Amino acid sequence: MQIRSMFFKANAAAALANPVLQGNMRTSKGKFVDKRRTAIADFSAEGGDFEALRDAAAELRDRVLKDLDLWLEKFEAAATASGATVLWAKDGDEICRHVVDIARRHSVRKAVKSKSMLSEEAGLNQALEASGIKPVETDLGEYILQINNNEPPSHIIAPVVHKSLDEVADLFEKTHRTPRKTEIPELTREAREVLRSHFLDADMGISGGNFLVAETGSVALVTNEGNGRMVTTLPRVHVVVTGIEKVVPTMEDLSLLLRLLIRSATGQHISNYVSLLTGVKRPDEHDGPEHLYFILVDNGRADLVASEFQDMLRCIRCGACMNHCPVYQTIGGHAYGWVYPGPMGSVLTPLYQGLNKAIDLPQAATLCNQCGVVCPVKIPLPELLRKLREKQVEKNLRPWFERIALKGWAWVASKPKLYALGTWFGVRYLNWLAGADDRIRVLGVAPEWTLGRDFPAPEGKTFRELYAARKR
Amino acid sequence: MTSREDILTRVREKVGRNVDDTALARGDMEAWLNTRRQGPRPPAAGDLLARFREKSEALSTSIDIVAEWSTVPSAVARYLAERSLAKTAVGWPLLTGHDWAAAGIAFEGRGARDADRIGITGAFCAIAETGTLVLLSGHDTPASVSLLPETHVAVVAASRIVMGMEEAWNLLRAKGGALPRAVNFVSGPSRTGDIEQTIVLGAHGPYQVHVIVVTGA
Repeated sequence: MQIRSMFFKANAAAALANPVLQGNMRTSKGKFVDKRRTAIADFSAEGGDFEALRDAAAELRDRVLKDLDLWLEKFEAAATASGATVLWAKDGDEICRHVVDIARRHSVRKAVKSKSMLSEEAGLNQALEASGIKPVETDLGEYILQINNNEPPSHIIAPVVHKSLDEVADLFEKTHRTPRKTEIPELTREAREVLRSHFLDADMGISGGNFLVAETGSVALVTNEGNGRMVTTLPRVHVVVTGIEKVVPTMEDLSLLLRLLIRSATGQHISNYVSLLTGVKRPDEHDGPEHLYFILVDNGRADLVASEFQDMLRCIRCGACMNHCPVYQTIGGHAYGWVYPGPMGSVLTPLYQGLNKAIDLPQAATLCNQCGVVCPVKIPLPELLRKLREKQVEKNLRPWFERIALKGWAWVASKPKLYALGTWFGVRYLNWLAGADDRIRVLGVAPEWTLGRDFPAPEGKTFRELYAARKR
Repeated sequence: MTSREDILTRVREKVGRNVDDTALARGDMEAWLNTRRQGPRPPAAGDLLARFREKSEALSTSIDIVAEWSTVPSAVARYLAERSLAKTAVGWPLLTGHDWAAAGIAFEGRGARDADRIGITGAFCAIAETGTLVLLSGHDTPASVSLLPETHVAVVAASRIVMGMEEAWNLLRAKGGALPRAVNFVSGPSRTGDIEQTIVLGAHGPYQVHVIVVTGA
């Protein structure tokens, strides 16, 4: 996917000024938060300890990352022994080359896809189309986006959370040339019927992978719609595209992570379908793919191993951080400009795509730590965002006026008398702005700051003045 | 250098891999793989069947409890009649031997096709913690039967209801042999919440799931 994170400010401003989007964001706001909270309360009521689960999961993910090279080799050996082919990709282009090669080798004309964020990283649909292979997204949300001119998803688990029922109804009427449906079940049924025919005549299924199990060489897939099962059961060829950080040692470890992932993501106790897939169709089996490929993808991940950002590789892609983020909930996911939005995206995008291409993302956070509190694998997201801000300063990537302002402030701050004079004027200026009020409605030097809130008026004097007065 | 070598070499450098510690790390890994340590879990309290039933119903799965296998075909027929569904079903070849005809059901043991409306399966086991069926793919147990038809009827022995996913893994290991191609954990009818986060049943898989628990089996 072409990165557009450098236009974050303009895109965020446009999102704020878009009444349709704002209405849709209000409709969805808080739903995931409530569902997650209820699921965790239920878990506690059953005698479960969600915090202990988070601790165990974070420890498990770190355990794997410490020996990631060996766990990957272990997975590769087990997967190969089960009859799968394991391929490796350094970047998105290599993912596309692999998938197109596989498609050509097996004379594939149509590929059905289950949700994969990595295929978004690679721009896989465009690459397939360019090679004459028809990709069909089958997750309802991803399908809606695909028929809307390949619109990018705005959320990692709820791709069309920014769209309303009306917008989907319009789109289906236009695309399917059927009478307009007004109810969600009717629209879902229509999509089911359209997509069923694609499942049946596709030659290849492409899926992501929630986890890879090293012990057995399997991929674990979690879906609610059943499209994940369709894509991995009906076509002749199945390609799994997944990141190298997704490997877990045992099936027990998988169970631990599933208890966390599902509650954190959708607030369910279990998703409708969890599939552990190992190897190809057996000789006497009626269904299942004859060929299974794993594409293990780096695309920036290897460089995070054992770095100060390694914590980010624990991420299990649940979306809880964006569901709880006041910034994401206000501007939606598109403004972030790349595959991953919200707090996890604001960390991943600069790390995978370059700090200079996502200059505003580490700043697109209030550091309120809601994301850190809900993260199932305890990623200290605010701390990582702060580290990225430090990197920007170190690499001189901040805008010139900010650098000059900070240099100026540093210069003044090192001259106590001048600093005292500055604050003497400053506090009186702010008081004058406030007038008789105890708050400032429009902040003179930075009027944008007070567009949505007031600035508290300071006490009448500076700290130094008050301190000096008390001493006497 | 191949991409495989490139990626693995960089990861090795990052983790500070050297010849000396490789054997040690592999030892740790083997120990972890053999220990199969379980994460923190809710305690297994109460009656497993009652819990399975409660959790299943919360997922919109309907439950029927019968005493023995011989009454299963008539229980299936009863369910189909209640829902005004035709008594024509595709099912696991494993279940072909039961007397479906006596209950008026036209049963075909094979993999499912698009036109099939009712799919009848057994289950490897079931999970009380979440109201989940565990289905293994295979020659006699094709995965498509629980996927393509609009209605999925599953039969499970009460003695095969276990507490959690971990017990299912243990049963699977005890069974021996290679893992089946697909281990499918099925929890209620397929659903989507993609449009305005409104849950709709019957996305791509079944609209309804009915489980018949056999207590005497």
